[in-house]
Amino acid sequence: MKTEFSPTFLNTPDGKLANEILRTCVHCGFCNATCPTYQLLGDENDGPRGRIYLIKQVLEDKPVTQATRTHLDRCLTCRNCETTCPSGVEYGKLIDIGRKVVEEKTTRGFKENLTRKALLNLLPYQSRFTPAIKLGQVFKPFLPKILAKKIPKKINAGKYPSNTHSRKMIILEGCVQPALSPDINAATARVLDRLGISLTRPKNAGCCGAVNQHLSDEEKALNFVKQNIDAWWEHIQNGAEAIIITASGCGAMVKDYAHLLRDDKDYADKAKKVTELCKDISEVISKEDLTPLQTQTQQRQTKNISWHPPCTLQHGQKINGVVEKILTDKGYNLLPVNDSHLCCGSAGTYSILQAKISQQLQANKIKNLTKHQPEMIVTGNIGCQTHLQEVSDVPVVHWIHLLDN
Amino acid sequence: MHLDSNTKDALLNQLKQIVAANYLLTSKEDLTPYECDGLSAYQRLPVAVVLPDTIEQVQKIVQACSQLKVPIVARGAGTGLSGGALPHEGGIILGLSRFNKILSIDTNNLTSVVQPGVRNLAITEAARPHGLYYAPDPSSQIACSIGGNVAENAGGVHCLKYGLTVQNIQQIKIVTIDGTLLTLGSETFDTPGYDLLALMTGSEGMLGIIVEIVVKLLPKPHAVKVLMASFDKVEDAGNAVADIIAEGIIPAGLEMMDKPAIHAAEAFAKANYPLDAAAILLCELDGDEDQLEEQVIVVEKTLKHAKASKIVIATSAEDQAKLWAGRKSAFPAVGRLSPDYYCMDGTIPRKQIAYVLQKISELSEHYDLRVANVFHAGDGNLHPLILYDANIEGELKTAERFGADILELCVKVGGSITGEHGVGHEKIDQMCVQFSPAELTQFFAVKSAFDPDSLLNPGKAIPTLHRCAELGAMHVHNGELPHPEIPRF
Repeated sequence: MKTEFSPTFLNTPDGKLANEILRTCVHCGFCNATCPTYQLLGDENDGPRGRIYLIKQVLEDKPVTQATRTHLDRCLTCRNCETTCPSGVEYGKLIDIGRKVVEEKTTRGFKENLTRKALLNLLPYQSRFTPAIKLGQVFKPFLPKILAKKIPKKINAGKYPSNTHSRKMIILEGCVQPALSPDINAATARVLDRLGISLTRPKNAGCCGAVNQHLSDEEKALNFVKQNIDAWWEHIQNGAEAIIITASGCGAMVKDYAHLLRDDKDYADKAKKVTELCKDISEVISKEDLTPLQTQTQQRQTKNISWHPPCTLQHGQKINGVVEKILTDKGYNLLPVNDSHLCCGSAGTYSILQAKISQQLQANKIKNLTKHQPEMIVTGNIGCQTHLQEVSDVPVVHWIHLLDN
Repeated sequence: MHLDSNTKDALLNQLKQIVAANYLLTSKEDLTPYECDGLSAYQRLPVAVVLPDTIEQVQKIVQACSQLKVPIVARGAGTGLSGGALPHEGGIILGLSRFNKILSIDTNNLTSVVQPGVRNLAITEAARPHGLYYAPDPSSQIACSIGGNVAENAGGVHCLKYGLTVQNIQQIKIVTIDGTLLTLGSETFDTPGYDLLALMTGSEGMLGIIVEIVVKLLPKPHAVKVLMASFDKVEDAGNAVADIIAEGIIPAGLEMMDKPAIHAAEAFAKANYPLDAAAILLCELDGDEDQLEEQVIVVEKTLKHAKASKIVIATSAEDQAKLWAGRKSAFPAVGRLSPDYYCMDGTIPRKQIAYVLQKISELSEHYDLRVANVFHAGDGNLHPLILYDANIEGELKTAERFGADILELCVKVGGSITGEHGVGHEKIDQMCVQFSPAELTQFFAVKSAFDPDSLLNPGKAIPTLHRCAELGAMHVHNGELPHPEIPRF
């Protein structure tokens, strides 16, 4: 596609990258076909092709108002369009740049700013979010319904195995997951323990940075990124084989560290190493010999399950069929699910900031997931898990639990 | 051409009464993404975009425009490649994307009632549990809308055996320029009177607005096999096409790609295409098991005889889907080779394939622009993709001249300037080459019978005689039209 950037912008790293991405787009419109918001709203401006066009206008210095910002806000960043795009347009990277520039050029209203600031000051900090959830769990009956339904029941993590194996891997604790579902990483540790791998949980690591990155707060996002790299570096040097992520949303972000810090002279090499080592838990499990897990799982009751592949796994990290194979090999029956390529509407802070669209997608998704009466819905991302559990009659859990019994 | 401000105000006031505010777009910012369709080389900003979702709304919108003499350009998914949905500066875009429901599937009569904004592939997906499918399958079938398919008389891989859109629809509802809702065609195969359904199919939004379609569904064939043949020479592949058909076999699909297209498609679809081949043919055969075995043997023999260097037969549905995925994504996948491409759509007699490909390759050298060839070889429908860079001053113009030469070459060898993409804005000048002034005058008579004020997609598909005369001034030598020896229908 033709671009007319000012030479000043074209010479910046963002300008160069945006130009390269835009010039791979041939405007065919295939992306609209799998875009959840285009399907719901039917406006070119609310599909990837239209958003790319809007971003192009902004980057070419054409006047921009909140109209463009609204269409960019409505994007889930599910990156389904990237999977569909035959030309290889890296839409995710383009919209990050577009959002950043639009944020600089427009101003948000007081209320909207307050909500976004509140999210930015709460979610990424485990030390703030965990007590908030604990309080919420106590006072749940007195909270407004819209908030109450977002607070899950209290879950016990269960025991962590002792750190005895010579094979070591790092695990990212993340920001909201320890409060919402502390059992996921504990189950992961137990499963890997049986496979002869011990997990390290470096103290100073925190949020992966995705919350800030997707709310156009790149500076803070990069602070989190660097903080994690610093926290992991010593363990990497001591021979940690991988950095395991059990929330695919965080995984997609950590795999982007190398890209985000590509021009940082102090961190570029380290970030590259981190990205290389970053693995979704399914990538690690699928490469191991799973015989040590066999004997204890024969007596289980659950059989029919629905698998919800998170967008950050299937589109962001392009991991398809891996979890499905692990679970099928373990004897589970994965029921057919229509439109499994579509987003459930969770999408980080989207379920709060774009509640209406989010709820429509949530309703469609749960209808498809429960069509064949599963005993359980399994997924691989904490965001999808809590979002779907809000409206599901059957349990929604991380798939790793099916190996931990 | 632009709308005066009084009319514009009156129009917007009326439209506001018809659709909710978020479905009436009027700011330059919101309108810009609508300034082009799948052919992004040409852009025009419309006065407004309206996105109704009921037939009543469409009727009222059309009446408002009709009364104020405002042009209407209907738009489906905006994937068209001839600029058919290119806006009119003084008119509105009537977007039908919200008409995206499949209303019913009738398994007794093998039909489905669908709204115009339904994606082509979505019909087949909905019909699949009943063992049925919708045959026309343009390469953009994942995204293109059935309403647009009817407007352009879209084809696709399977049209060689199963026909174009016109052979696969039974009835449509249209809103005429005065806002009347008409039903054309019927639930039976034959309808008394003129075949207005056929007239509407391929009329490029110039006669009425399509608001509902009854499509025909076909039972899925019992068995399918896909053969992929590699060739060391492009002309051998071209000749093989004619040879297969000459054997009396009509494949469900017979497609060809040349080297650049193979490389681009492989990068996306990872279909295991041979990267060293000069060209490949994909041949799909379907039918009963026994019949199919026989056909496979004949086709394999014919391909070998035509100097195929390697033949692969895909029997599993998964492998077949992979082979087709590459072909169907070939156009946009070419975006990996070049920042822009100009997609041509001409038809030639099958026996001319090798000759025309040779000529295209000479033109490519002459204009110094690369070409990737992807086409429905079975029905002689060429899609040369001319690769250019819109950021380089003048390259689009060169690509356009190159494209015009290809289309005129198609006419010269006895073919036509469009196979399935329509004429739209893009090929309007080549219509002057294809048709005589007398024929064009008759086309306009049909247009004015439906749309006397020329408000429906004006300026597309049929050139005015004035336009042809101006164009003729450039091309005519010694008072003769180009290629006077060619009968023009």
